[in-house]
Amino acid sequence: MTKLRYERPVIKKLETGMPNKFGTRTEYQPLTHIDGVAVAKLIKDYGSPLFVISEKTIRTTIRKAKKAFETRYPRVQFAWSYKTNYLNAVCSIFHQEGSWAEVVSGFEYDKAISLGVDGKKIIFNGPEKSTEDLTKAISNDSLIHIDHLDELYSITDLATELKKRPRVAIRVNMDTGIYPMWDRFGFNYENGQAWDAINKIMHSGKMELVGLHCHIGTFMLSPFAYGIAATKLAELALSVEQKFKHELKYIDLGGGFASKNTLKGSYLPGSDTNPTFDDFAEAISSALLNSNFKQDKLPLLILETGRAMIDEAGYLLGSVISNKRSSTGRRNTILDIGVNILFTSFWYDHKITPAQPFTQYAEDTCVYGPLCMNIDVIRESTSLPLLNRGDQVVIHNVGAYNMTQWMQFIALRPHVVLIDTEEKPHVIRLRETLDNMNSMEKVPGHLHKFNL
Amino acid sequence: MKLNKNVAVSESGLLFNPVTGESFSVNPIGIEILNLIRDEKPEEEIAEAIMAKYNTDKPTFEKDYQDFIGILSHNNLVESHEKTKA
Repeated sequence: MTKLRYERPVIKKLETGMPNKFGTRTEYQPLTHIDGVAVAKLIKDYGSPLFVISEKTIRTTIRKAKKAFETRYPRVQFAWSYKTNYLNAVCSIFHQEGSWAEVVSGFEYDKAISLGVDGKKIIFNGPEKSTEDLTKAISNDSLIHIDHLDELYSITDLATELKKRPRVAIRVNMDTGIYPMWDRFGFNYENGQAWDAINKIMHSGKMELVGLHCHIGTFMLSPFAYGIAATKLAELALSVEQKFKHELKYIDLGGGFASKNTLKGSYLPGSDTNPTFDDFAEAISSALLNSNFKQDKLPLLILETGRAMIDEAGYLLGSVISNKRSSTGRRNTILDIGVNILFTSFWYDHKITPAQPFTQYAEDTCVYGPLCMNIDVIRESTSLPLLNRGDQVVIHNVGAYNMTQWMQFIALRPHVVLIDTEEKPHVIRLRETLDNMNSMEKVPGHLHKFNL
Repeated sequence: MKLNKNVAVSESGLLFNPVTGESFSVNPIGIEILNLIRDEKPEEEIAEAIMAKYNTDKPTFEKDYQDFIGILSHNNLVESHEKTKA
């Protein structure tokens, strides 16, 4: 006789109308397959934990974003934000979809070049660009977004030395009514720094000012702030045109669009409340179209949104190590997924779904990772179905930042698998090995031997 | 181990303690265990009954059983439960 699926016995006090920090049960269906591939098979073949990326979701998302903007504004160009996820396979999908590369370091710049991106289609942002980086970028005719005056003067010198006319933009920071205001990057709009930098560039004659850039924040929940930013950049561009008779080629609104994740402390889930691409597109396009650009002189609109493009395409699969009870009676569940590979659990209440069938019973649960560190908490409070040891779970919306900000701490980082549009899995980053780690270390000769 | 007198357990999983006025929801395995406790079955017999019906092993069930009894005791639903002494 086949035995029934075991579920641990559970008793829960009924407290009608009593709110608590765990909230109500949210999971009603297991997630047994991702793009047609069984979660159980993925874990069997590639181990647990495991990052899984859906190529289909990436392509659907970028197409949705493009459609939102291109139906509202005639000239739009997306640039893939490498820092969000710079796995070569992921970058290549975005480049196949027409995105340029947006990089913020020499390492990322070299990565884009090594992938075969045309230097002219690389946007180089960030406060640190070495002389070597700038020389490469100038030689390749890349778009250099100047962050500070020291960089501006370095580029002026290099332009003379290399006998080139670098294509540059300045990064502008500004008050768009949101808090905190990001003013550490670029030149301020309100106090005149940005206009001062523009004048220095234009009068130097050494560089070609091709655009204006801003990036007003991260995980922005207000599309209106982008409208304000677009209006201010448009005014700045029109001032350049008026004073220098020089038309800027583009306005780059940066990134920062919220994904469908839920920020910690939010009352409602992000999937229900966060703005859509259409909301952002409406705010930005309206501001640019309503400005004083002539119809045939509209600048190219560049967007560098990363998080909203990739978060939903990423899943992290894992397994239950143990169920415990805390001293206060709270249910604790330990997963084999720690904050070392799920960095974003510091910011989000990630949705966790069991990968096998479960009943309607749930328990208020704190979900921990396997690290021997007190801060290793994946969800402080959630209502989860009753999971047994060895059960598998899927953590949603992990595509952004986790595969760039992960830490090699205590354990080795897992495989990353891409499921292609034909529902075929491919390993796109191998699990690390002890040899990988040791190959970067050197032990001085006098430390080669010890007796215990 | 005895279930407190007057504690009412419905087949659908509702448990009511008339002494405190508190209500609880219990999952089907929990009800089966409560009924076995009510019939004054020893832990070994309860474990055998559950393992014969469900796909689990003894260490897993014993751990979950002790946890379940702990919660019953915490809510004063059972008459005697030997707590671990410090």
